[in-house]
Amino acid sequence: MNEQTATPTQEAPHKKASPLRGLLVPLLAIVTAMILGAIVIITTNESVYETLQTRGLVAAIGRSFEVIWVAYGAFFMGAFGDPQRMIQGLGEWISTGDGTRWLRSLYPITETLRYTTPYIFAGLAVAVGFRGGLFNIGAEGQYFISGLTTVFVGFALKGMPWFIHLPVAIIAGVAGGALWAAIPGLLKAKTGAHEVINTIMMNYIAIRIADFMLDVGGPLSRGDGRPVSPFIETSAHLPQFFPSNSEIRFNMGFIMALLAAWFVYWLLFKTTLGYEIRTVGQNPRAAKYAGMSVSKTIVLTMVISGGLAALAGVTDILGVLRFMPNAFSAGYGFDAIALALLGNSHPMGVVLASLLFGALRAGARNMQGVARVPLDITAILQGLIIIFIAAPAIIRSLYRLRETDTGDEIVLTRGWGQV
Amino acid sequence: MPPVLELKGITKRFPGVLANDHIDLTLNEGEVLTLLGENGAGKSTLMNILYGLYAPEEGEIYIRGKQVTINGPGDAIAMGIGMVHQHFMLVPVLTVTENVMLGMESIRHGLFLDRKSAAERIRAISEQYGLDVEPHALVGELPVGIQQRVEIIKLLYRNADILILDEPTAVLTPQEVEGLFKIIRTLLADGKSIIFISHKLKEVLEISDSIAVLRGGRMVGTADPATSNERTLASLMVGREVILSVPKEPAQPTDVVLAVENLEVMSDRHQLAVRGISFEVRAGEIVGVAGVQGNGQTELVEAMTGLRQPVDGKITLLGQDITHANPRIITEMGTGHVPEDRQRDGLVLSYPITDNMILNTYYLPPVAQGLMLQEQAIKERAERLVAEYDVRTPSIQTSAGSLSGGNQQKVIVARELSRPVKLTIASQPTRGLDVGSIEYIHSQLVRKRDEGAAVFVVSAELDEVMSLADRIMVMFEGRIMAILPAEGATKEEIGLLMAGVTPETSTPIQEAV
Repeated sequence: MNEQTATPTQEAPHKKASPLRGLLVPLLAIVTAMILGAIVIITTNESVYETLQTRGLVAAIGRSFEVIWVAYGAFFMGAFGDPQRMIQGLGEWISTGDGTRWLRSLYPITETLRYTTPYIFAGLAVAVGFRGGLFNIGAEGQYFISGLTTVFVGFALKGMPWFIHLPVAIIAGVAGGALWAAIPGLLKAKTGAHEVINTIMMNYIAIRIADFMLDVGGPLSRGDGRPVSPFIETSAHLPQFFPSNSEIRFNMGFIMALLAAWFVYWLLFKTTLGYEIRTVGQNPRAAKYAGMSVSKTIVLTMVISGGLAALAGVTDILGVLRFMPNAFSAGYGFDAIALALLGNSHPMGVVLASLLFGALRAGARNMQGVARVPLDITAILQGLIIIFIAAPAIIRSLYRLRETDTGDEIVLTRGWGQV
Repeated sequence: MPPVLELKGITKRFPGVLANDHIDLTLNEGEVLTLLGENGAGKSTLMNILYGLYAPEEGEIYIRGKQVTINGPGDAIAMGIGMVHQHFMLVPVLTVTENVMLGMESIRHGLFLDRKSAAERIRAISEQYGLDVEPHALVGELPVGIQQRVEIIKLLYRNADILILDEPTAVLTPQEVEGLFKIIRTLLADGKSIIFISHKLKEVLEISDSIAVLRGGRMVGTADPATSNERTLASLMVGREVILSVPKEPAQPTDVVLAVENLEVMSDRHQLAVRGISFEVRAGEIVGVAGVQGNGQTELVEAMTGLRQPVDGKITLLGQDITHANPRIITEMGTGHVPEDRQRDGLVLSYPITDNMILNTYYLPPVAQGLMLQEQAIKERAERLVAEYDVRTPSIQTSAGSLSGGNQQKVIVARELSRPVKLTIASQPTRGLDVGSIEYIHSQLVRKRDEGAAVFVVSAELDEVMSLADRIMVMFEGRIMAILPAEGATKEEIGLLMAGVTPETSTPIQEAV
C-alpha cells in the first residue's frame, strides 16, 4: 500500500449512492406491501373459507391464488388497461374509422393519469416544504381555497376569450392557495408558531369557508338547491384532448403537473432561491451565517408550496369537474405527505409516487367491480407502502440490504418549537 | 503478569480505505497509554473496535492474557472496558444518579427505581476518586468539566477497569485539565488502566506512561514520554518536520479596520454577556482574545458578525457603522468569519463540498448569474480551493458531514480566506484539530495578516493565542481585563488575568481604548 492511499481522509468512508439504489427500497416496499395485501385479500375472502370447509386445505390454497390472480389482474386492468383490447381497438379505428372501442380501451390508463395529476401537484407542494424544513400539512386547505377562487373566476367572468379567461382563472387559484399558505408561513417566521399546528387549523377554516360559500343559499352556490357552484364558462376549460363523449377525463392538467415537477426541480437545484430554501431547511443557523433571511425564505417556501397545492384544485376544477362541489376533498392534501415521503422530496420521486397512487386509485375501482375486493384494500396497500418507506430498516433487514450513505438524506422535519 | 489489554494485528477495511492496518497495542495495568495521531489516522476506528462497535477483519484482542471477541458495547462493558466519548452521552434533564443508572437501573420491589442506593454508591465512588460530584444535581446545570466526571463515574459504576478517554481535554479549561489529571492519577493508583486520546502534545507528555503513534491507519511507532519532546512527537505523527511555533515577522499595523466602542451584548439567557468593551483592530495585525470559554467571547463575535444584535455601543468597520447591520452587509464589506461551531454555523453537513464552498457568496457572480446557479463555476471554485487549501477528500462531491474535523475546518477556512477580505474573524479556529491542520490554519491566518488584513482570533487555547497574536486581549466576565503586546507577555500573567485577577506589580497594562 503506498503512502497516498494509506492516508484515509475521513473516519467513515464515503460511499457514492447510485440513483438506482435509491429506487430499490421503494420498489421492494411496494412488492412487500402487495404480498401483505394479498394475504389480507385472501383472509377476507369468503370463497376461500368455503373452499377450505368443503374441499380442504390444498384446494383452498389453490383458490387463494385464483382470488389473488383475479383481484390483482382486475387491478392492473383498471389501472393500465388491457393491451389486447387496445390493439384491437386501434385496429378497428384504422380499418373502419370508428374509434369508440380504442378510446374505451384507453380509459383505464387515462384515469390513472387523471388521478396522478392532483397527486403530483400536492406531492410537490409538500416536497418543497420538506426541502425548506417546513411540514406543510395544509395542502388540503390550500386546495379548498384555490378551488373557491378559481371556480369564482371561472363562472363569474363571462364573454372572455379563452386565452385570457383560462390564465386568469389559473392565476386566481394559485394566488388563493399561495396566500392561504403564506399565513402560517408568516406566523412561523415572525412568532415561531409551529407550522404543523397552524396549517392543520387553517385546513379547518378553509373547509368551513368552502362549506359556507357552497352550501345551499351560499354566496357561490348554484341556486338549484344543491350545495355546488355554478359551472365554469367554457372559456376557462382546460383542454381535455379526447372527445367529450368518450368519458376520458385526461386533460392538460397532467402536462402542467409534469412541467411543475420540472419547474420545482429547476427551482430547488439550479437557482439561488432554491439554494436558499434548501439551506434554510437543512441548517437555519448556517443560513443566517450565510446572510440569508431565514424568515423571508420560510414565507416564500410556504407561498411556493401553497401555490403548488393550489394547482391540484385548479386542474381538478378547470380540467375535470368544471364546477366545485361542497365536500370537494378527495384527501389529496393528506396523501401528499405520503407522496413527498415516498418520493424522498425529489420532484422526480414525487412524480413516480403519484403515478403509483394514481394507479392504485384507478385500479381499486375495477378491482371492486370485477373481483369484489373492497376499495379499502388500496388504503391498506398505501398504508403498508408508506410504513415500509418510512421505516426502511424493515425492508433492509427483510431483504438483507446494506445501509447506504446517509449523507444525502434530507431531514424531513426538525423538532417542535425550533425556528 | 500478562498485560491488561493486548491488540494483535487488528485490521479494519472500509470500502476504499484501510482504516486500521495490522495494529498492535499493549496496555499495562495502572498505566496511561496514549494514542496519538492526526484526524483520520484510525484512532476512532480502533477504539470503536475495542468498544465492540466495529468488527475487525483480522486480528486478536486479549484481556489479561485471554483471547476475547467483543460483539457490542454490552460485551465491552462486561469485560471491564468503558469509554468516555468526546461528545458526552448524557441526558441533561436527568440527575447525575439517573444518568449513571441509565441502562443498569437498580430496582426496588420489582417496580420502582432505587435511586437511593445508587446515589450512595455514586457518592462513594465520587469520594474514593476525588471526583466531587453531587449525585442529585441536574446534569444540564453542571459545567462541562463536571459532566465529564459524571461520564467517568458511569464507567466506574459499571466496574470498568480499562478506561478509554477520547480527547477528554478538548472541552476543558487549563484548570479543569489539571483536575482531570489528578483524577486520572488516583484512578491509576487504584489499578485502573487508561487509554488516552489527544492531540495536545504537552498534555500527552505530562500524563502518559507510553505513547503509540498512528498515521494513515498504521502504527508508525511508539515513544517514551521521558525521552520525547513535542517536536519529535509531532513529526512522528505527521510524518515530517512540523513547525510548532508560528513563524512570523513583527506586525506592521496600519489603519484601524474595526473599532468597537462600549459594546454591550446579551446572551441567549438574557444576561449581559459583553459588558461595555472597547478595542480596535488594525490592518496588518492579529489581535488574539484569551479567556476561559463562556466569558462573552461568543457573544462578542456574534455581534461583530451581525448574528446577534448588541443592546448598546457601536461597532465600526472601515469607518462605517455596522452595529445593526446584517451578516450579508458585513460579509460584503470584506469580512471573513470562521465561526466557533463549524458544524452548526459554518457548514451544511448534508451538502457536498461544492455547495459549502459558496455558502455566503452563492448569489454573486461567477457562481450565480442572476437567479441561476452556475454549476461549472461552482465546481471550478471547489476544485481550486480544495487543491489550494489542501482539503483531503475523495471528491468535491463528498458531503461535508463525512469529512474529518480538520478537513471540515479547511473547507471553511478556504471559503472565508480565499475572498479578498479586509477583516478576518476566526473563532476557535483549530479546536479539535491535529498538529498538521493547526500548523496550516495558523500559517494561513498569518498570511492574511501579511497581506494587510486585520485578523481577530478567539481561542480557548492560551498557547494558540500567545503564539499567533500580535496583541492579546484578555476577557473575563464580559469585560476586557487587559490588552497587551504578545511580545514579553508570560503565560502566568495572562492566566491570572483570565481568572479575573489584576496583577498590581506587573508589566504595564495597556488600558483598553
